[in-house]
Amino acid sequence: MEKRIAAPEILAATPAAATTANGWRWIGIVAIVAIAVALPFALSKYHVFELTMVMIYAIAVLGLNILTGYNGQISLGHGGFFAAGAYTAAILMHRYGVPYWLTLPPAALIGFALGVLFGLPALRFEGPYLALVTLAMALATPQLLKYFDTWTGGQQGINLVKPMPPPGLGIDRDRWLYFIALIVLLLAIRIAANILHGRTGRAFVAIRDHPIAAAAMGIDTAKYKTLAFGTSTLFTAVAGALAAIVIGYVSPEGYSLFLSISFLVGSAVGGIATIGGAIVGGFFIQFVPNLANDISDAAPWAIYGLAMLLFMYTMPHGVVGTLWPWLIRFFAARKTVAPIAVRRSDGA
Amino acid sequence: MHQFLQQIFSGLAAGSIYASLALALVMIYRATDLVNFAQGEMAMFSTYIAWTLVNAGLPFWLAFLITLAASFLGGMIIERVVIRPVENAPVLAAVVVTIGLLLIFNSVAGWIYSYTVQDFPSPFPDRPVFGALMTTRDLGVIGVTLLMLVLLFAFFRYTPIGLAMRAAAQNPASARLCGIRVGRMLAIGWGLAAMIGATAGVMVAPVLFLDPNMMGGVLIYAFAGALLGGITSPIGAVVGGLIVGVTENLVGTYLIASQLKLTVAFALIILVLVFRPNGLFGTAIVRRV
Repeated sequence: MEKRIAAPEILAATPAAATTANGWRWIGIVAIVAIAVALPFALSKYHVFELTMVMIYAIAVLGLNILTGYNGQISLGHGGFFAAGAYTAAILMHRYGVPYWLTLPPAALIGFALGVLFGLPALRFEGPYLALVTLAMALATPQLLKYFDTWTGGQQGINLVKPMPPPGLGIDRDRWLYFIALIVLLLAIRIAANILHGRTGRAFVAIRDHPIAAAAMGIDTAKYKTLAFGTSTLFTAVAGALAAIVIGYVSPEGYSLFLSISFLVGSAVGGIATIGGAIVGGFFIQFVPNLANDISDAAPWAIYGLAMLLFMYTMPHGVVGTLWPWLIRFFAARKTVAPIAVRRSDGA
Repeated sequence: MHQFLQQIFSGLAAGSIYASLALALVMIYRATDLVNFAQGEMAMFSTYIAWTLVNAGLPFWLAFLITLAASFLGGMIIERVVIRPVENAPVLAAVVVTIGLLLIFNSVAGWIYSYTVQDFPSPFPDRPVFGALMTTRDLGVIGVTLLMLVLLFAFFRYTPIGLAMRAAAQNPASARLCGIRVGRMLAIGWGLAAMIGATAGVMVAPVLFLDPNMMGGVLIYAFAGALLGGITSPIGAVVGGLIVGVTENLVGTYLIASQLKLTVAFALIILVLVFRPNGLFGTAIVRRV
C-alpha cells in the first residue's frame, strides 16, 4: 500500500485548444506582472515590505517544490539552506564589502554545492528517513551558526546596511528592493519552468512516480536525484540571500526548525507539484500568522494550525494543485470534445 | 568508570522515555504510513490532565489511571475527527495535518495553562541505589516503561483485538474481508499510542518540568530512536530509543560542550543510518514493478 504525492498533470488538449490556452496563459501572465509592477505605488511602505517577503518565501518554496513535489524527496531542512544563502550574503557584504547584488551568484553557488553534498547521502534515504536526516539539518543550523561565531557573529548575528536605490530613479529603498525581489522571482519561475517542463523535469517526475521504471528507461536515478536536490537548494539559498538583504539583519534564531516547517506547510498549501503554488505558499507563510494573531492573541498558533487543517481538508492537493486542473477543464471543455493528454515525444 | 556507568544508567532512564514515544510513533506508522508529529504535544496535553488531577487532590496513581483513560479516548477521537478526512489524501497533506495538530495542542495548552513552567510531582523517591550508580527515580521510570512494554506485547500477542489490529495494519483489505472493522482498529491504535505517549509524558515531567514546550525535544529524540531502530519495528523503536538516550548522554558528558550536543548526536545517528538505511531492525521496503 503506497500513497503517492499526486500531481496534477498538465493537460495539453488538441493543438487548436492548446493555442487558445496558451493565448489565455500569456494574457494572464502579462496581467499579473503588470499588477505586480503597479502594486508598490499603491501601497504603504510596510505593505510593500510584506509583499517583498512574500516573493522571497515564494522563491524558497519554489525550491522546495522542485524537490518534494516534482522529485518526491521530502525535506524538513530547507530553512538550513535558506540560512546558508542568508549568511553567504551577509558575510560577503559585511566583511568584504561586496555590493549586495553581487552576493546572489555566490549564494546560489553555495546553495547548489551544499545541496549536492547533502543530496549524496540522501540518495540512500526515503520517506521518513529522509525527513529525519533533513530534520537534523534544520536542528543543527542555529547551533552551528552560534558555534562558528568568528564568521557568523554568534548569537548577536550580523547587522547589514540596507542597500540604496540607484540615484535618479526616484523610488525609495523599500520599493527598489521590491522590484529586485520581483525580478529574481520572475527569473526563478522562468528557470524552474524551463527545467521542469523539459527533459530534466520529466526525469524528476519519473523518478518520483516509479523509480524502478525510471531506471529501466535509462534515467540515471542517482544523478537526477542529486541534481534535484542541488537545484532546489539553489533557489532556496538565493531566497535566503535576498531575505538577508531586504531585512538587513541575520541571526541564528531566525533560522530555526520552525522556518523549515513553514516552507513545507507553504508548499503543501500552495500545491507541491506546481510552480504557481509557491506564490500562494509565500502568501500563507507571510500573512496567515499575522491574521491568526488578529483573530485571537490568546492562542494564535491554534488558529494557524486550524487554517492548515482547513486548507488540507478542502484542497488536499494544495490551492493551485486543486484549482488549476479545474480551471483548465473549464476553459478546455468549451473548445474541444476530447481533452486527452498529448505528450510531445522528445526525450524521456 | 563509576561516572561512565552512571551516565549509561541515566541515559537509559531518558532513553526509556524516548523509547515509549518512539513506540507510539511506530504504532501509528505501521497502521497508517504516517509519522504523527503531534504525538509529543498530545503527550504534553495528557500530562497537563494528570497535573490538574493531582493538584485537585487525587492520589498520584489514580490520577495516572484516569489520565490514561482520557488519553485513550482523546486519541480515538482525534483519529476519527481529525485524521480520517485525510486518510486518502496525499501523504504530505496528512503530515501537514499532524503539524497543524501539533500547533493547536501547543497553543491551546499555553492558553489554558499558561507558558509558566510547573513543578510536577514524581511518584518515585529520589534516592541513590546500587552504590550510587542510579537513582530510585530512574529505576522507577525504567520499570514503568518495561511494564508497559510487556503489557503491550501481551495485548498484541494474546488478545483477539490485538490480533485484529495487527491484521488491519498489515493488510487492511483482507482484514476487512475477514470481518474486522479496520476503521475502528485504526482508532484504537491511535488511542493506544496516545496512552503510551501519556505514560512517557507523566514519567518525564518531574525531570523536565511541565510546560507546553516540554515534549518538543523528546519527540525529536523519539523520532530519531524510532528510525534508528527501523520505523516498522516495535522492538527496534525500544532499542533505538534506548540507544539514543545513552548516546545523547555520553556525547554531552565526554565528547563536546552541550552547545553542539544535539548536532553531534544526530550526526552519529545519521552515520549509522547511512550503513543501515532501514534502521537496525527495520525491513527493506520491497517494491513490485
